[in-house]
Amino acid sequence: MLRKTFETELQQVKDNVLLLGSMAEQSILDSVEALKKRDIKAARKILVFDSEINKKRFEIENQLMILIATQQPMAHDLRLLASCMEIISELERMGDYAKGIANINIRMGDEPLLKPLIDIPRMAEKGVDMLHRALTAFANEDLEAARAIPVEDDEVDALYNQVYRELMTFVIQDPKTIERANWLLWVAHNLERVADRVTNICERTVFIATGKMSEIKSTDDEFWKNQPSDHTK
Amino acid sequence: MTQAIPANGNSEYVLETRELGVFYGDFQAITQVNLPIHRHQITAIIGPSGCGKSTLLRAFNRMNELNPGTHIEGQVLFESQNLYEAVVDPVEVRYRIGMVFQKPNPFPKSIYENIAWGARIHGFRGDLDALVESCLIQAALWEEVKDKLKQSGLALSGGQQQRLCIARALAVQPEVILMDEPASALDPIATLKIEELMRELKQRYTIVIVTHNMQQAARVSDHTAMMMLTGDRRAGTVIEFNDTKVIFTSPEDKRTEDYVTGRFG
Repeated sequence: MLRKTFETELQQVKDNVLLLGSMAEQSILDSVEALKKRDIKAARKILVFDSEINKKRFEIENQLMILIATQQPMAHDLRLLASCMEIISELERMGDYAKGIANINIRMGDEPLLKPLIDIPRMAEKGVDMLHRALTAFANEDLEAARAIPVEDDEVDALYNQVYRELMTFVIQDPKTIERANWLLWVAHNLERVADRVTNICERTVFIATGKMSEIKSTDDEFWKNQPSDHTK
Repeated sequence: MTQAIPANGNSEYVLETRELGVFYGDFQAITQVNLPIHRHQITAIIGPSGCGKSTLLRAFNRMNELNPGTHIEGQVLFESQNLYEAVVDPVEVRYRIGMVFQKPNPFPKSIYENIAWGARIHGFRGDLDALVESCLIQAALWEEVKDKLKQSGLALSGGQQQRLCIARALAVQPEVILMDEPASALDPIATLKIEELMRELKQRYTIVIVTHNMQQAARVSDHTAMMMLTGDRRAGTVIEFNDTKVIFTSPEDKRTEDYVTGRFG
């Protein structure tokens, strides 16, 4: 077989991307769980784990560069390697969102949560579920799934809207809650961005499989369009 | 000499094959090739060994007919004139469509004569010294050889010899330069020099290159034609022709994909 070594190396890269993905998934779920329990120790562990995620990302990036330099990939191989470069950066940023949530948890100190977390864990579960399926679609080059998953971003956006409105009612009733509401809003914002980045991963999967580079859907824009004031991301 | 082929035109394609087939006796080497060659661009022909790349290249300037028993079907249009019509003089074809071969093959003469000789026999009446200098400059060789023009062309390095052959091809002022694996016998530096030279030459000439080196095709060409053996008779044909960037990033034909990614060939 002409490409035995190269095929093995490509598979190793894909396996590593999936591994990095599972690290990001774990970190997101853990960060919300730690917040729910106000577990500062667990939040600190997430910060340490984020360094592991970053390290893994650099390791894969290096592996990709060596393959590009030594194998001079073409066509599907080139699209796969170039897309992996993009996907690992998305996954690393997801790790940063989890780290952001952990940091909020730490900064909240002894302050209790403004309200029990209901929709925020749902956002995390939904986002991670989408991410998991997006990575499976990437591994299998499942076009149908890659095109379908981004539509579910609407659900995450809806949950974010809900969290936003609910937190605003607290703030309106008692402006002293503004800081605690703001913390939770940041948490929700980070989780909303996770789902957006899942869409980017799906777009790359479509590109790997078809060579066509296009935006699948931009619910994010619609979300901001519907907001009353001038938010910027 | 009768000039049956129209002068250098400005249509999009300099050369174009229509349903071209080439036979060596009973053996059909290529079949049904429909390929346009864009003016002032570099077209690469790639494909596995034995798929008819060189045969196609040689059909562009009637070099194949130097082999006895060769015949063709279909047409090769050069400036819209079919090159294989009886009114066309093959000598005119070969000086308007020059060729550079895989192995540098300078004449066993001085560097100067390698260039002047062809021009002289084609009836060049101008300033030969100026022509030699201009061709050597265009072939990016002048600086290296200007003080030793009387030395034998065979005393040059492989890469320099190949550039001398390119200079020699330029001396008869062709419109198209056909290159058959022009860098396969050269080291990487000499190869890059030839590639850089090709990019400069395309401002004035149209270039068609046959290459086994896909990275070279990807680096240097504007368009790429992928050839393969097909059909019951196992004759070569162009299975995909597109912008080079499409061929090497998202080819349409699965066989092109498999070839450029090294799955066969």
